Amino acid sequence: MADAINYKGNSPCRPYCGDPALTATPSWGTLRKRPDSRGVVSRFLKGQGMDNSLTTSARWRQGLGAAWPICLGYLPLGIALGVLARQAGIDPLGIGLMSLLVFAGSAQFIAVAMLAAGASVGAIVLATLVVNIRHLLMSSALAVYLRGVGPGFLALFAYGITDESFAVNMTRFRSGDWDRWRALIVNQAANAAWVLSTVAGAFLGELIPAGAFGIDYALIGMFLCLLVFQLRGAFHLFTALVAGALSVACYLAVPGDSYVVVAAVAAASAGFLLQRHKRRGRR
Amino acid sequence: MSMAFADYLFLLAAMGAVTYLPRWLPVFLLSRRPLPSWLIDWLDLIPVAVLAALLAPALLADSAPRALNLGKPELLVAVPTLLFALKTRSLGGTVLLGMFLYWLTGIVL
Repeated sequence: MADAINYKGNSPCRPYCGDPALTATPSWGTLRKRPDSRGVVSRFLKGQGMDNSLTTSARWRQGLGAAWPICLGYLPLGIALGVLARQAGIDPLGIGLMSLLVFAGSAQFIAVAMLAAGASVGAIVLATLVVNIRHLLMSSALAVYLRGVGPGFLALFAYGITDESFAVNMTRFRSGDWDRWRALIVNQAANAAWVLSTVAGAFLGELIPAGAFGIDYALIGMFLCLLVFQLRGAFHLFTALVAGALSVACYLAVPGDSYVVVAAVAAASAGFLLQRHKRRGRR
Repeated sequence: MSMAFADYLFLLAAMGAVTYLPRWLPVFLLSRRPLPSWLIDWLDLIPVAVLAALLAPALLADSAPRALNLGKPELLVAVPTLLFALKTRSLGGTVLLGMFLYWLTGIVL
């Protein structure tokens, strides 16, 4: 299994090379004629219209091979959320439905806490929006690798864009050996793990000892390694350091969850400007 | 929970909608037109920025109440985990090593 997830994340690659169908830049005409928008799910299950160099089982194996650290990391989080939901008077069906319809970890924790405190629907929805606005950034970055893909696929794919699936899929797309179907498997496997672990937490959470097997470190470990994959030179290192410092500063100074968006936008802009400045200087 | 099931479903639908929209809108709008090269360059730095922004508070700060803490076991474990990731570039191995070391600190410290 280790071999399947051992790869170099830093090979130079142009965008869209993961999906041969997209290597030619589609014009507006061909965009409309692509049959993508119809029957995404059935085509996915039948394996039609994909990169034919991969068998269906290889696609699933690789997709699930990329997804398992996410699933592992979701287990303690989901169980913890299930326990809290139960304490807030939400039954296993209720929390399972929330995981299915919302699928956003931190927003769900906040929602459960607000429900327990008797907050209004409007306040909970507003908090959810604020917490999840950061996905605008991730969705934008993923769009670079999903050029010319039909709206049906995008509608399904967008549902599964989380911090974790974004980080895993971006690293794989960047390495060149990745396509949107395997990326979709990552999204949906993570979703399944999330729904199941929250429901499991609601049913039997109190039986599982907190912090078993160091599992609370799974997502931090995954983010650390993905960060290493993303460090592809001085500008990326600079951006990471600025983002980390700003994020901690915002986290300490401003209540709420704006620190991720604020720090990421500011740091990426700083890195971008530095890159521009240096490139201009070279000319 | 004092809420009726229908009200709860309405809450979930509204939460789902405001979560889905920021996930869907950029990928829908940006994937159907050529992006200017400066935007691609900027977006190229977004993953590393997001990852660092997510990680730094988890390693360097307490959550309740929020305070700087340079002595967290999370940070201590991050050092060998990061070195292992640099050396092996194995995602699964890094996750398992991090978990093992974190479990160890729970026993030792």
